[in-house]
Amino acid sequence: MSNRAPANPAPAADNRQKLLEATMRRYQYRPDALIEVLHKAQELYGHLSPQLLASIARNLHLPPSRVYGVATFYHFFSLKPQGEHTCTVCLGTACYVKGAMEILTTLETEAGLKAGHTSPDGRLSLLTARCLGACGIAPVVVLDGVVIGHADAETLRARLHALLEETPVAS
Amino acid sequence: MAARTLTIDGRLVSARAGESILEAARDAGIHIPTLCYLEGLSEMGACRLCLVEVTGSNRLLPACLTPVSEGMEVHTATERLREHRRAIVELLFAERNHVCAVCVASGNCELQNLAIRVGMTHVRYDYLNPVCAVDISHPQFGIDHNRCVLCARCVRACDEVEGVHTWDIAGRGVNARVITDLGVPWGEAESCTSCGKCLLACPTGAIFRRGTSVAELERDPKRIALIVASRQERW
Ligand code: SF4
Ligand code: SF4
Ligand code: FES
Ligand code: FES
Repeated sequence: MSNRAPANPAPAADNRQKLLEATMRRYQYRPDALIEVLHKAQELYGHLSPQLLASIARNLHLPPSRVYGVATFYHFFSLKPQGEHTCTVCLGTACYVKGAMEILTTLETEAGLKAGHTSPDGRLSLLTARCLGACGIAPVVVLDGVVIGHADAETLRARLHALLEETPVAS
Repeated sequence: MAARTLTIDGRLVSARAGESILEAARDAGIHIPTLCYLEGLSEMGACRLCLVEVTGSNRLLPACLTPVSEGMEVHTATERLREHRRAIVELLFAERNHVCAVCVASGNCELQNLAIRVGMTHVRYDYLNPVCAVDISHPQFGIDHNRCVLCARCVRACDEVEGVHTWDIAGRGVNARVITDLGVPWGEAESCTSCGKCLLACPTGAIFRRGTSVAELERDPKRIALIVASRQERW
């Protein structure tokens, strides 16, 4: 397994905005694409922050309250911030081919959490991404900002387990 | 304009094609109780108070959304409908905390009037007693969620008449609430122009003018229809 410390805390962060932009562009910033765009944002960020919702509202020319109404109507969307720990499983083509789905299912079971969500106790957010640009070391998982290449399900399950066993940071 | 002839409660009524049963009934002086409907706003069909029976259909139909048709036989006051309306009003009372005695709208509240009209004597359902906030962050207005019936009249007045869509409904089921902008306190909602149209539209004491005490509230929802009508008449 090759670990490498990231240059900045969340390596996936840089292109998330771009990816979201691309999605909105693909739908030509049409207001009726709101659900798809929220979906994408949730997938990328793990939760929909007020800033994110505001920028989506601006881009799609929708009233903020409309966007908020839709985002709170569906249980799929979460407005709460990310958990204390975040784990992002890449489901891009290269990672997918190398068994990313198996990793994701294992982690979902371990955490008792569906991808794109934060545990009720706020300890963990389990996220997915499409191609983190590290296909050479696929499958890739980012655990608390640390990129883990050539990831395998069992090792990750153990690491996640250990992480969640630690005493929670007092909030 | 094409005319349609129908009967409402046995009376022969003529209406314009495309008109709703509700409009036809009102023109004929037949009262059908409503709550989410407000003249001047789009119909939403949310409250189901205006349900009527139409011969040939075993479903109850919302009068505000159902267009008239030739030869239609409408019944607005059967025992089944009376019971149904009583149940709806009771459910509305059970859902939030309507303490009329301390409400600014008392005596001037559509929900209270409905309760009287449908002959509600008590509520057969358990009160949910939800914890609801009162937001007085706006310098001129306040919103008391205890009294909100989620009719969305504020949402539509603000969107369709004022044109800024400050309000919307967030969440669903018992957790649904009207919210402003991204769920921020009303006073922080940048889209609000403080025009007061939501206050005009609100059927209960949920939206109130600050500094108004019990029985002092002047609110006339008909002004929404007037604004809309006068806007259409330009010469
Ligand atoms: S005061 Fe006017 S702009 Fe503000 S929320 Fe009410 S209707 Fe909308
Ligand atoms: S605040 Fe008033 S107008 Fe708005 S949904 Fe509630 S009851 Fe209806
Ligand atoms: S597909 Fe996972 S990094 Fe490219
Ligand atoms: S008035 Fe018709 S459904 Fe509310």
